Amino acid sequence: MTRVHDMGGRFGDGPVIPEDENVKFHADWHPRALAIVLASGSLGKWNIDVSRHARECLAPKDYTAFSYYEKWMGGLAALLVETGVLTRDELAGQTDGQISELATKKLTADQVAGVLARGGPADRESNVAPAFEIGDEVVTRRIAENVLVSGGHTRLPSYAAGARGRIMRYHGTHVLPDSNAHGLGEAPEPLYAVVFPASELWQHPEHPRDEVVLDLWQSYLEAV
Amino acid sequence: MPHDHHDHDHPHTLLPPAPALRVKALETILTQKGLVDAAALDVIIDTYENKIGPRNGAHVVAKAWSDPAFAQALRTDADKVLSELGYYGRQGEHMVVVENTPQTHNMVVCTLCSCYPWPLLGIPPGWYKSDAYRARAVREPRAVLADFGVSLPEQTAVRVWDSTAEVRYLVLPMRPEGSEGLSEEALMDLVTRDSMIGTGLAKDRS
Repeated sequence: MTRVHDMGGRFGDGPVIPEDENVKFHADWHPRALAIVLASGSLGKWNIDVSRHARECLAPKDYTAFSYYEKWMGGLAALLVETGVLTRDELAGQTDGQISELATKKLTADQVAGVLARGGPADRESNVAPAFEIGDEVVTRRIAENVLVSGGHTRLPSYAAGARGRIMRYHGTHVLPDSNAHGLGEAPEPLYAVVFPASELWQHPEHPRDEVVLDLWQSYLEAV
Repeated sequence: MPHDHHDHDHPHTLLPPAPALRVKALETILTQKGLVDAAALDVIIDTYENKIGPRNGAHVVAKAWSDPAFAQALRTDADKVLSELGYYGRQGEHMVVVENTPQTHNMVVCTLCSCYPWPLLGIPPGWYKSDAYRARAVREPRAVLADFGVSLPEQTAVRVWDSTAEVRYLVLPMRPEGSEGLSEEALMDLVTRDSMIGTGLAKDRS
């Protein structure tokens, strides 16, 4: 079944509270948390899919209670230990004072602008040919779960499982998160924007012509 | 079948419970091990506090309103055009610009996490990352718009974009009536961050 992060369509969350666009952070420690997580990414021990999955694997009670940057720190702590960057003892503050072998990868101040500007594009060449054309009718997987790893990462939200939509746009071939989050390779394949009538997803859509668009990989889709 | 191993023993419990102390503990240990550099952290913070923010996106929108050839290029290959303006980078590697019309209002969300076009809008606002927005935007976008004081005409359909992959979406809001003849700079002032996410409209000239 789904994990706690998969909340699209959920009831009961209350109002959305608008905010002035000059507000960047809500606590003094937020910018530091952001920066530590970004800088740690440069150590090269995980990719974006691994790090998303680490956050999703927080216990539901923690995920629910944690603020955004607490989730980031929770995910980072898990990644540091899982990838052997730090031991559990070190994370608990018991360090041997030794510099890590990975220190050569440390992000330095002069590298930051370049690293942020380069980003991490996800498009890759692939030998998987596109099976759909724009306008084709498709249906999504009936169960919004990773088919390679039980309880693994996937980007098909449960609200869009088993839903009929139409191919709207072709994005090229992209890294498949379901594989890349689990050390199974990038497995790039065609990615599409798929449009669904709101009435296909919700019992009580607000308007007869409303739509929801999701970016979905070819293996999430079947021809109708 | 391999199983996922994250379900047990969460390492964050080894850190102090108060978030501010948790950050400090992480920075201390990572610095001691030679894995993060405090000066690099300062540069990252300065970048997102002072350099990269929604004025980048406003520049793109104002330019699109003023220059039909630019708007067309933006529709055809946003990545190319945005790179030329220096707005390529982390969390904006694959950009698509979606255009509001009297028939269709676009709104962007990430229900699974908080994907957002950082090079154009900076780091996401608190509400964009909130459970309420992530849960409700796909199911009841008009009710969410009402929280922002926005109501749409009956003939306008809402198209919500759930950012489930590495493609990031920027909404091109409709140009306000009465803004003819304004300079690109004056137009930028009418472009709010929320109008580029789709939870707001561009400001009227006033």
